[in-house]
Amino acid sequence: MITAERKPLEEILSLVEGKKKVLVAGCDTCVAICLTGGEKEAEILASELRIKAQQDGREVEVEHTAAIRQCEWEYLDMIAEKVAEADVVLSMACGIGIQSLAEKFSPKLVMPAVNTNMLGMPQEHALWLERCGACGECVIGETAGICPVVRCSKSLMNGPCGGSHDGKCEVTTPEKEEIDCAWALIWDRLKEQGREELMFVNRPPKNWSKSSSGGPRKMVREEAKPV
Amino acid sequence: MADAEVKAPEAEAGEAAAEAEEAPRKPVDPNFEPEIIVFACHYCAYAAADLAGSMRLQYPTNIRMIKLPCTGKIEVIHLLRALEAGADGVYAAGCLEGECHYLKGNLWARKRVEHVKTLLAELGVEPERVEMYNMSSAMGAKFAEVATEFTARIKALGPNPAKPAGVDVHAAAREAVGGAALLEETEPSVAITTEEGQA
Repeated sequence: MITAERKPLEEILSLVEGKKKVLVAGCDTCVAICLTGGEKEAEILASELRIKAQQDGREVEVEHTAAIRQCEWEYLDMIAEKVAEADVVLSMACGIGIQSLAEKFSPKLVMPAVNTNMLGMPQEHALWLERCGACGECVIGETAGICPVVRCSKSLMNGPCGGSHDGKCEVTTPEKEEIDCAWALIWDRLKEQGREELMFVNRPPKNWSKSSSGGPRKMVREEAKPV
Repeated sequence: MADAEVKAPEAEAGEAAAEAEEAPRKPVDPNFEPEIIVFACHYCAYAAADLAGSMRLQYPTNIRMIKLPCTGKIEVIHLLRALEAGADGVYAAGCLEGECHYLKGNLWARKRVEHVKTLLAELGVEPERVEMYNMSSAMGAKFAEVATEFTARIKALGPNPAKPAGVDVHAAAREAVGGAALLEETEPSVAITTEEGQA
């Protein structure tokens, strides 16, 4: 799913500074599942903003709402009335939802209350790990179902670098936690699958133009277009 | 007697209160009577309150209790709503750790209370205004002690800086947890009471 993390309160406050009517708009799909921007979290942020305003003696009206999915026009219709009343909308959806909201209700001021960070998998409750880089050309059929694009720190396509030691990457997370070497994981699983020969396939340079390097991407399904 | 079993939470709470008293603050009105909301677990703190009553123990009248089937029912927003409504302090009182009737509800509650503390710190509101306590149903004395200590802590902190004018804290807090009844509105013999349940 798409995961996001809430921005620090200070930054959020600066985004809505001077506005009298604030609407916090959650999204009840991906960001709700990752406990960042669903209706519950939208209400918590709205409550925080009201407490802050009350404390500072500012008169600010803060309401909250949530769309089932902020990235679809039909669901945005359902929150249109509340959006219309607000001076600024603080969206807690991913970047897609925030932009959909901004486009749908243009020129309404729409601000992001979260930082969208990855396509992650809930590995365990309250832990998400990056699993896909949306590179546009999936290779995991050859790499034992493990993505070297996002799980290798260098996105190497032809085996591990010299920084792989005992199955761990030389790079650590910002919290100084160890990261598994993706290519060590790939090798171990290829062996389990009896497909070690795939490790020795020479892969030519990846075509990154199918990823975000090729400009904004577009997908059309002619057969599904309305008639 | 049974109260002697709990050491760490008491010590922690005591330290927090001491810190709150030490911090330089604007002088607090000596007549300030805080309004405190207590989210009490049906299986322990609520029964401990009954026991404190039977034992004729004295504790401040500043607290208003909201009975829950388990402190695990408490969500972050419930604590925020109580503060937003103007409560000067809010605490959750659940079973002793390891003795939750629902196994881990009190541990979840503690995590949520801790999270609210971080949110309050971000807002510039004293995190000491929310707290988590643990006690068993046999700890009437502990219940009175916690109520006394927490009230003293909030008196030292002064009124909630986010308190809105002209709001009934207790009604608002009751609404915040979906219409749960306050202590003075419940019959002692009723197990789990909501406004709907009473009707």
